[in-house]
Amino acid sequence: MSTISRDEVARVAALARIELRPEELDRLAGELEVIVNSVAQVNAVATPDVPATSHPIPMTNVFREDIPVAPLDRDKVLAAAPSAEDGKFMVPQILGEE
Amino acid sequence: MTDIIRLSAAQLAEKLRAGELTSVQVTQAYLDRIAAVDESINSFIVVTAEDALATAAEVDRLRGEGAQLHPLAGVPIAIKDVVVTDGVQTTAGSKMLEGWIPPYDATLVEKIKEAKLPILGKTNMDEFAMGSSTEHSAYGKTLNPWDLDRIPGGSGGGSAAALAAFEAPLAIGTDTGGSIRQPGAVTGTVGVKPTYGSVSRYGLIAMASSLDQAGPVTRTVMDSALLHELIGGHDPKDSTSLPEPQTGYVAAAEQGATGDLKGVRVGIVKELSGEGYQDGVQDRFDESVELLRAAGAEIVEVSCPSFEHALAAYYLIMPAEASSNLAKFDGMRFGLRVEPSEGPVTAERVMAATRGAGFGDEVKRRIIIGTYALSSGYYDAYYGSAQKVRTLIQRDFNAAFEKADVLISPTAPTTAFKFGEKLDDPLAMYLNDVATIPANLAGVPGMSLPNGVSDDGMPVGFQILAPIREDARMYRIGAALEAALEKKWGGPILAQAPELEAK
Repeated sequence: MSTISRDEVARVAALARIELRPEELDRLAGELEVIVNSVAQVNAVATPDVPATSHPIPMTNVFREDIPVAPLDRDKVLAAAPSAEDGKFMVPQILGEE
Repeated sequence: MTDIIRLSAAQLAEKLRAGELTSVQVTQAYLDRIAAVDESINSFIVVTAEDALATAAEVDRLRGEGAQLHPLAGVPIAIKDVVVTDGVQTTAGSKMLEGWIPPYDATLVEKIKEAKLPILGKTNMDEFAMGSSTEHSAYGKTLNPWDLDRIPGGSGGGSAAALAAFEAPLAIGTDTGGSIRQPGAVTGTVGVKPTYGSVSRYGLIAMASSLDQAGPVTRTVMDSALLHELIGGHDPKDSTSLPEPQTGYVAAAEQGATGDLKGVRVGIVKELSGEGYQDGVQDRFDESVELLRAAGAEIVEVSCPSFEHALAAYYLIMPAEASSNLAKFDGMRFGLRVEPSEGPVTAERVMAATRGAGFGDEVKRRIIIGTYALSSGYYDAYYGSAQKVRTLIQRDFNAAFEKADVLISPTAPTTAFKFGEKLDDPLAMYLNDVATIPANLAGVPGMSLPNGVSDDGMPVGFQILAPIREDARMYRIGAALEAALEKKWGGPILAQAPELEAK
């Protein structure tokens, strides 16, 4: 099993949208290598004949009654947002260019 | 006043019904206790004294008018801060949600409010329920009332410590890998993780959706049964919620308290003992087994060979699900927003800056493990394999429950450790949950109840596991063991805890 380099941690952190300070990258690289090596043992027992389980009690086609219910109160929701304007969330520009 | 706070929730409910106490008296007694000791142990992030007293006064008025009330009406409760409460700050122990006022109640909070239990406040926890010591809270650690140098367990250390310190007669916890049961074990309190789907997850700030389950944190088995029946039941807002009613737990606890376990087969899980288990923990466990045998239970040994891999599978599945669930903390709709210190202020860069500043070390660690395990090229080897281990663990449980009605083990391999002891060694911290994790992977219910004090003077926990939808069995066996132990001790275990000094 491959080990996790500092560059790999930086790549994964970018995927997860977490800005890490250089010292955090150093520390995480060491810690993750230990953790990942230890959890890799699952490969040894997960033979092809074993089916995967994603959920403890499988339930399918769960529906509720098709009755309209009131949504969350808009003003209460927006009051808890970092920024709001005109009854909408206010967010930073989405694209990197003007 | 001391007497009021030392009563169980069931005893309080009885005295309220009989008119011997008012809910305002009870609620005020607990608020006074919180004011006296919480500076020392930090169980609460927020105390909602005014709301609690208003509910209490309402209950007293309604009772005076002869209204039909829920059996627990007027008995105060504390709620773990991972459960959203309309109008009351909910942080999940994270800086990310500091000051966040949810616009709605979790379903279990709705039920608590409908039944009119005064809510005392929100309890401290490891950030986003990630940890086994409550050292990962952004609001300071919670201290163990038995020894202020030691951890109260985690993630629900606040709820468990509040019960052990007599700051509340009831509390809510959540358990993804042991976060109700392990804090119960190390604080001498009772904690129950119900069958997956028994209690609605609507309004819990999710860590790992296929593992999370809310449940009771109490001082007695009967109190857990009462609270479980109150918060359990089907919820159309949670598609994984079980359709059948969640009842029969109080009756099972009553049956157990008679002390007769004839015809009950109790299975000792061979793999959950031996190396890594503290001597005092193993000794108390062996003594409890003898008490069960004396009550008429048939003791058998069962083997669950795949449990050996449960921790590894858990530390892949949980971070994978957590990394997806925590993607919503992006600084756009709720909680913290941090702008990058330099360069263009774009949504993507704001997200990264917000998450870098708002998440603590353990949360970052788990999100990155999860993202890694789910990323292209690793998915099959890690997440896919872990899901197969989950199947093997379920098969182990199925086979074991052919031979035994319930399974038992120590709840945690050791008693409470000292602060800082495992903070720099994530793997050692994760090992605390070795005995509790299999239940979450399989969805089966688990209970921890105190079964003695170890050589170091700290309480020990005893775990009972039952098959899916058979939660009643652990209430019966738990109540029987509790009765036998209290007879031996001459009172509840918390009578053996040192007095907390009021500040």
